[in-house]
Amino acid sequence: MSRVRRTSAYLLLGLLSVAVLVPFAWMVSSSLKADADVFSVPVRWIPAEFHWGNFSAIWGRIPLLTYLRNSVFLSVTITALQVLTGSFAAYGFAKVRFPGRDALFLAYIATIAVPWQAYMVPQYVIMQKAGLVNTHLSLILLQAFSAFGVFLMRQYYLTIPDELSEAARLDGLSEYGIWARIILPLSKPALASLALLTFVNTWNDYMGPFIYLTDNNLWTIQLGLRSFVGLYDAEYAMIMTGSVLSVLPILVIFLLGQKYFVQGIATSGMK
Amino acid sequence: MTTTVSAPRQVRPPAPAPRPARRRSRTWVGWSFILPNFIGFAALTLVPVIASLALSFLDWDSYSTPRWVGLDNFERMIHNDTFWTALKNTAYYAVGHVPLTLCAALGFAVLLNQKLKGARFFRTALFFPYITSLVAVAVVWNMLLSPESGPVNQFLRAIGIDHPPGWTTSTTWAMPAVIVASVWRDLGYYMILYLAGLQTIPAELYEAAQVDGANGWQRFRHITLPGLRPTTFFVLIMLTISSFKVFDLIQVMTEGGPGRATLVLSQVIYREGIVQGRFGYSSAVSMVLFVIVLTITLVQFRLQRRSER
Repeated sequence: MSRVRRTSAYLLLGLLSVAVLVPFAWMVSSSLKADADVFSVPVRWIPAEFHWGNFSAIWGRIPLLTYLRNSVFLSVTITALQVLTGSFAAYGFAKVRFPGRDALFLAYIATIAVPWQAYMVPQYVIMQKAGLVNTHLSLILLQAFSAFGVFLMRQYYLTIPDELSEAARLDGLSEYGIWARIILPLSKPALASLALLTFVNTWNDYMGPFIYLTDNNLWTIQLGLRSFVGLYDAEYAMIMTGSVLSVLPILVIFLLGQKYFVQGIATSGMK
Repeated sequence: MTTTVSAPRQVRPPAPAPRPARRRSRTWVGWSFILPNFIGFAALTLVPVIASLALSFLDWDSYSTPRWVGLDNFERMIHNDTFWTALKNTAYYAVGHVPLTLCAALGFAVLLNQKLKGARFFRTALFFPYITSLVAVAVVWNMLLSPESGPVNQFLRAIGIDHPPGWTTSTTWAMPAVIVASVWRDLGYYMILYLAGLQTIPAELYEAAQVDGANGWQRFRHITLPGLRPTTFFVLIMLTISSFKVFDLIQVMTEGGPGRATLVLSQVIYREGIVQGRFGYSSAVSMVLFVIVLTITLVQFRLQRRSER
């Protein structure tokens, strides 16, 4: 590549990346300002005075700790269940041959293509009849058994040669033993990418909690943040402080598991 | 002393003829793996998917006894202008969101695919909006687009546009504003899909083209684009499906407003079904959404297959 082209590619990329990151810069910068300074004319990217106090004050303004705890609880539980039941079911689909298996798998695949809104109402009715609306259990049940998790894990298991499980079978290991002692240790990258994707999706989920949770004590950070915006729409700095706090855990998880994220998306290609 | 006793040759047992008892136990083992997931999946996804079709022919509010009303819900729907507004808005959103996201994702991927130092940093930066919570995204964009002293309008005034639009407060500009925010959020995800697609194009093709004197645009047009066709097909389907399902971003940015300027089908389903409790009518709207998504997906499959021939 010629030097001119290389330089212009860098310039273009740099410019575009800055453009993409501007909203984050604005968020962080505003979270450190006084309310009155957020919409200053002209825009001040570096606060004249750093109001670190925003980050301690917000905990007293809304039950942020409760929201965070709920988000952590839901994300961890749903991720654990999904990885566990998903990888278990995927073994059945990928490595055990039995009549009816392929038809069953087709049912899983078909529902991935159906928009959630199309069956949101009957789902809600079922939860209502079971008395689970406005409980965390409803969200856990809704999200822990996703067809997507099964699909992703199965695709990965298909790449593990059948000879391995054949050999283990001859050695007298049961199917459950093969899953636990051979397949699971081999599928760490897939497990990690499924866990990360599920965790992030659950953490960021707005629609599920929005529909199912009415009780303030059960709210997640997303609902809490949204209601804060509605209640105090003049407190711009505080709103940005809350946004930063809601994004921070995701940033940390993302930086830790970046490799798996990209791998998970690039190989499975699905959300 | 060495004895040359040949080890007993391991004889593989001949493949056992499938005996019914063995097959039955295999079936049981297979099901036992799938069952823990399947119970939840069947009760909360499979059954609702099937039930939503039936619900659309019923008049039901969850308290009274359901009544079969045939196509009444659908008839009411086609005479209801909120439905048509939402349908139009959903199409408007998709027509804006799909091509813009696709072009942005493709452009970034091609740029990043060149051997540049720091590509990892750029990839990370561009992907990050995708995993940021929608609420934070919506709130930040609303503030950036704030009509009076938001940074975007300050910038527009600085470059000589005296009366920049009010964005989310204007019936004309609310949808473009939502589309911009959504493209910004989604492009990183599709960029990664494109990057994966670019890896599958053999480098020799480019080298050969260079020898033949093809310029950059010609190489892009005749090697990159055809090589990316399977990826583009996949991206197109995913983008279309997700566009027709849009809810969270619009709900938080504009709540469908101002007026009904950004009201989309999924909000109608939510309002009619879960807020108003009109389950039958809401399910009828769901069926329309489902049929649209299905039709578009099938048409795209058909076109893809034709272009492969």
